[in-house]
Amino acid sequence: MAEKVVVRNLHKVFGPHPALAMDLLRQGMDKDRIFQQTGMVVGVKDANFSVDEGEIFVLMGLSGSGKSTLIRLLNRLVEPTHGQVLVGGNDVAAMDRRALVALRRKDMAMVFQSFALLPHRSVLDNTAFGLEVAGVDRKRREHRALEVLEQVGLKAFAGKKPAELSGGMQQRVGLARALAVDPSLMLMDEAFSALDPLKRTEMQELLLQLQKEHQRTIVFVSHDLDEAFRIGNRIAIMEGGRIVQIGTPDEILRNPSDEYVRAFFRGVDVKKYLVARDLAGADVLPLVHPTLDGRSDLLRARAQLQGLAARQGVVVETGGRLLGVVTQESLLHALESGATSLHGALVEGGGAARADLGLHALVARVVQSPLALPVVDGAGNYLGAVTQTQLLQRFVQDEATHV
Amino acid sequence: MSDFLPLGEWVDRGVKLLIENDAGSLQRFGAAIEGLTEVLEQGLLALPVWLVAAVFVLTGLWRVGWKFALFCVACCVVIAGTGFWPQTMVTLALIVAATFLSLVIGLPLGLWVAKSDRVAAVVRPTLDFMQTMPAFVYLIPAAMLFGLGRVPGVLATVIFAMPPVVRLTSLGIRQVNREQVEAGITFGCTPMQVLVKVEIPGALPSIMAGVNQTIMMALSMVIIASMVGAGGLGNDVLASIQRLDIGLGFESGLAVVLLAIMLDRITETFGSQAPRRSLRERLGLARARKTQEQASQPP
Repeated sequence: MAEKVVVRNLHKVFGPHPALAMDLLRQGMDKDRIFQQTGMVVGVKDANFSVDEGEIFVLMGLSGSGKSTLIRLLNRLVEPTHGQVLVGGNDVAAMDRRALVALRRKDMAMVFQSFALLPHRSVLDNTAFGLEVAGVDRKRREHRALEVLEQVGLKAFAGKKPAELSGGMQQRVGLARALAVDPSLMLMDEAFSALDPLKRTEMQELLLQLQKEHQRTIVFVSHDLDEAFRIGNRIAIMEGGRIVQIGTPDEILRNPSDEYVRAFFRGVDVKKYLVARDLAGADVLPLVHPTLDGRSDLLRARAQLQGLAARQGVVVETGGRLLGVVTQESLLHALESGATSLHGALVEGGGAARADLGLHALVARVVQSPLALPVVDGAGNYLGAVTQTQLLQRFVQDEATHV
Repeated sequence: MSDFLPLGEWVDRGVKLLIENDAGSLQRFGAAIEGLTEVLEQGLLALPVWLVAAVFVLTGLWRVGWKFALFCVACCVVIAGTGFWPQTMVTLALIVAATFLSLVIGLPLGLWVAKSDRVAAVVRPTLDFMQTMPAFVYLIPAAMLFGLGRVPGVLATVIFAMPPVVRLTSLGIRQVNREQVEAGITFGCTPMQVLVKVEIPGALPSIMAGVNQTIMMALSMVIIASMVGAGGLGNDVLASIQRLDIGLGFESGLAVVLLAIMLDRITETFGSQAPRRSLRERLGLARARKTQEQASQPP
């Protein structure tokens, strides 16, 4: 997929002599020492990432981690000290004023935490603001504004002043104002953080629904893990101005890069994000490989299971595709009844779980049968298996780390 | 004992030097102000009493309400009835001229102070100086530079009355919500567009409070300016002091107070952003405010 935004070696230093601080950074001095020695604050340090066309990329971190600064570097509300910000191939950091203004009018829009609506303008005029600034005539911009207001469900409120609306409705106007200019890149700075939890979920759903209708590239700043996991295709976790990990929600959940990232999950019920893939153990069950000589496969498999004292095995083709599950009993039964291949020994109802099966459905299937449940990916390849014991152990572990 | 720091002498010499070397442009400048004030004064005096009174009453009705409109009627009756109408008009002309000049200089200066910390560092203490220096003191150099009459009165008033509008304009602009300004920039505003579309509208209540304060200070100063012959109600106040004429003092003082109340109440309403009824609605010429549902429909 094409990359919409590419950020390379991006730095931001707040203070009177940023070049000096950059030198110190290059010498390897850390942010705290630089602050002590020079009083300058390193807001963003060596950020590198790219955002694909149509992707929702979440910048997550605690307050003061530099995420709001980083998102403002993308449209140069904050001037970068060093590095590149390529938006659609053009370097925003090196652009002259005129090109920058043109880019902001045409390609970018932003949604703010405090909504930042203009109180003296009606909802309609607020929504049409970006078009008005760009010089679109009144009739056309108001037509477009009404169109977008309808999308966010606020057409009936076009004549109101922002102060007459609730917080959730105000942010819908904020969203409509951004959508009105039909930007290819949307920047959302803690856009839903000021809303109550119910409204926040509602807005997240609205955003996802809008995204289904028209895929835009979105960079979304949040401090809320739930939100990041719900809407993010990929997440970058920031700490002290640095990006400490980038990955899909799954990758970050399964493989937190350090204590800081792990700390994010503390107190959060991560179980609800677990899917079959996360729980499947690759070495839970012995693998049985079918060969051309079917009869001997049965004997070999039985001997293999007996030798390991395993009750159950999985039959996997050479390419990695899962055929099914066999047990010592099913093998014996197949041998006695004269079956000629492992196919005859497969346990009935031993269908595998898809890798993205949610925890609830997974538990329901695992408790139905005393056997382990194999997990396959979208192509039917074997990933591992989940047993009841393993599931219980995982929960006990989680409880222990949460306390 | 002689002063080792003869500041007064230096200022004295400076003003004299200015008069000797630059009399021509000073005169032209003075003539311009004289002309402006003269036109305003003659205009207001030429208008019939009932017309000027009607403007006060209707503006009061529009901006404040019918009770205040009645009060305006009473004010005009008292001022005209005590025979102070012409002097009040002269004073009003002085106020309008001085306020106009204060705003012409003060509003842009306020914006500049808001935008530049360096300018603010120079202007702030200057404003403090202008406001705390006893008002009479400005009259002396003003009178020396421009002679007696309206011009030194108006100029001294401008100096005295300008600080609030500068201060409150810069305060208002600086206090505009940061994210609102960012929103303006984000959607591609040029710096001028940010100023016109976001900052000035956002700062308007504060700016209008500054304008109101400037008008009030101009009123108090043009009374004092009668000491250099600016004329108007101040002349009567001054005369009453010199003659210890309690009656005259009360009547002329009352006219000042009534004029002040009318100007204050009317101008202070321009700062609030609350929706208000139009004059037509107030007079019952138009139907009262549309219902909420109708109002919320898009055009």
